[in-house]
Amino acid sequence: MSRLLPIENGTAVAVAEVPVLAPLAFQALLGETLEAGGRLVAYAGERGPQGVRLTALVADDAAGRLGLAATLPGDSLPSLAREFPSVERFERALFEECGVRPEGHPWLKPVRESLPDDVPLYAMQGEALHEVAVGPVHAGIIEPGHFRFQCHGEHVFHLEIQLGYQRRGVERLLEAANGARALALAESIAGDTAIGHGLAHVAAVEALAGVEAPPRAQALRAVALELERLANHVGDLGAIAGDVGYLPSASYLGALRAEYLNALAELCGNRFGRGLLVPGGVRFDLDPAEAARLADRLAGALAKVRDATRLLLRSPSARNRTDGTGALTRSLCDELGLVGPCARACGAGRDVRRDHPAGHYRQDRPPVASAESGDVYARALVRLLETERSAQFVDRTLQLLPDGPARLPCPPPAPGRLAASLVEGWRGELAHLVGSGEGGRFARYAVKDPSFHDWAGLAQALRGEQISDFPLCNKSFNLSYAGHDL
Amino acid sequence: MTAHAALRALLQVALLVVLPPLLPGIVARVKARVAGRQGPPLLQLYFDLARLVRKGEVKSRTAGPVFHLGPVVGAAGALAAGLLVPGPGAPALLSFPGDLFLLTGLLAAGRFATVLAALDTGSAFEGMGAAREVTFASLAEPALFVCLLVLSRATGELSLSGVLGPALPAAWAQWAPALLLCAVALFVLALAENARIPVDDPTTHLELTMIHEVMVLDHSGPDFALVLYGAAVKLYVFGALLARLALGGTGRGILPGAVGLLAGLALFAGAVGLVESSMARLRLVRVPQLLVGAGVLSLFAFVLLVR
Repeated sequence: MSRLLPIENGTAVAVAEVPVLAPLAFQALLGETLEAGGRLVAYAGERGPQGVRLTALVADDAAGRLGLAATLPGDSLPSLAREFPSVERFERALFEECGVRPEGHPWLKPVRESLPDDVPLYAMQGEALHEVAVGPVHAGIIEPGHFRFQCHGEHVFHLEIQLGYQRRGVERLLEAANGARALALAESIAGDTAIGHGLAHVAAVEALAGVEAPPRAQALRAVALELERLANHVGDLGAIAGDVGYLPSASYLGALRAEYLNALAELCGNRFGRGLLVPGGVRFDLDPAEAARLADRLAGALAKVRDATRLLLRSPSARNRTDGTGALTRSLCDELGLVGPCARACGAGRDVRRDHPAGHYRQDRPPVASAESGDVYARALVRLLETERSAQFVDRTLQLLPDGPARLPCPPPAPGRLAASLVEGWRGELAHLVGSGEGGRFARYAVKDPSFHDWAGLAQALRGEQISDFPLCNKSFNLSYAGHDL
Repeated sequence: MTAHAALRALLQVALLVVLPPLLPGIVARVKARVAGRQGPPLLQLYFDLARLVRKGEVKSRTAGPVFHLGPVVGAAGALAAGLLVPGPGAPALLSFPGDLFLLTGLLAAGRFATVLAALDTGSAFEGMGAAREVTFASLAEPALFVCLLVLSRATGELSLSGVLGPALPAAWAQWAPALLLCAVALFVLALAENARIPVDDPTTHLELTMIHEVMVLDHSGPDFALVLYGAAVKLYVFGALLARLALGGTGRGILPGAVGLLAGLALFAGAVGLVESSMARLRLVRVPQLLVGAGVLSLFAFVLLVR
């Protein structure tokens, strides 16, 4: 990582300081970093007067370091995808957005745009093989995505996932927006991660402006982020129970999810936490009596969540469905660069809150939950463990809220700076890489949602499984379509 | 025909035609109550049927006349099978030696037509569902045969009315263990044949995991009403079989017979609801093991009878 410009999570550097390497040296550096166990966190392209400029944000989780490097590739770059599959989707996205052709990429199909009509779809040949296509319109109220299974009877050889139906051009919209509108946009990148993306946004804006939110605001932000995690993890556990047809846990966990959403509503008036965050702090403070009442209610909810989840994880009939289903190995997980609970379920214990802490997490890091087996059971178990640890974190943070103001004024961003902001959202690591331009606007706003990495994990998890287990596997990943499509 | 017999026949047909949609309502209510919810009205399926018959229908371009045959034959087969099962009092409206075989045949005909209708849509989902249905039926049907064989052997009768009629109390007295095994196997088969948990999940919206539901995804309007009605009648047929078997063919008179039957049906629906509330659905590859298990139970019951 020596030739990279070091940067800390939630800080900004001058764009001019980012080393601009020759394309081959840049690729060699990326390769070395990934070879040494580093991870590509964000990879953004930007059209400028000198042509396309690529900026990579890489992480060394074990050492807790982040680094930046840039290059001016012209219109093509040798592909790293064959050696490092985790780069594969980034390269396709850059080709789609900036026209930088990754030479030697094994399969340059669109990431978010629709497949051209003249391109043959992937299909296996054989007398007894058949193909099942699902979506983009589904039977339930879920987001659109197209899934094609190559099957032999119930056995799945390969699952191909084609997304892009939710493409709104979030990055372009963010670059055209300013102030309050940018914040509202960031909160709606993925509707279930309003706090996660909102937090990454305000942290980046503060870093660009050179201010830091007061400690009280940082503690309240952490509480909101963990409440979002709690609501979604509890909802997911209920949905997993629902998918295996285990009704007791499904209905109780579904109802308990509302407890955490209501707690968020008590913080800021919105059940999904919209409107809480603002550059410079939080919009709504919590008085001591309210904080104590909230902590009380959450303690009661945790006990019920534990009971309902243990019922599920101890039921032989439910375990029969979850154990060994959709298993990913640790090596596959690392190769694909998975993040979040899916990675931690494979034993890859990466967590932004521990590895690259920012805000309140610099003082208090919830222990990282992990499991080994990488199957649906492991993903459910990791969610239960994270629920318990997040609830404890929320409890002690509410008891020991720092004094002081909850909001400070935040000046507009200074031009010519580049901020990196990582947040461990409930789905995993999300990153905003933001360059500031003139007049308080953003010159380049790159967003990476955890789903961007993890969809590849779902496709691999299905290999060799039964097609009837796909909905369960899908639910255990519960990835975002909107977050991927941007 | 005496007035008494006519009244009994009328009551039996009325029960068979009107009562079935109540059973899924009871199952849903039991499930909701166990889960701590209020649940839908008991008569929800009647409302649904009334709504569906007033609707138009959407049909796949590849579907032909066979597509409509599925719901019709499915419902008709189940109703005809219902005529063979003795209602309040004995015997049933239709009864002759060997009607046991007709019962399984009528249910199989309904299934065959449903499968054909599913294949007729040309959809990958429905083909998949049809393949699953036929695979599991090939294990469930032999088990059902052996169950009926056990009943026939234990009572020495060859018609359902005889098997579930006056000869049953004596059979229970002599062959209780065998009949108990047979009743358990029949209950498992009832869950499988009626697409209930642990074999199938009637409430899921996930096409890829369904067995029975995915075959009827394309049906809409009056056709779908027939599908739902046929499924309810099938549940009634299995419920009535089990109720009569468990209650030892009680009720010579119409009134005690009717009360016994209704109580038995309610118990059966309650039991189905409790099973669905207390366990997860089996993984699809495990379903054959369950069905083979039911077959082995019934074979064992038969061995007890002939040893």
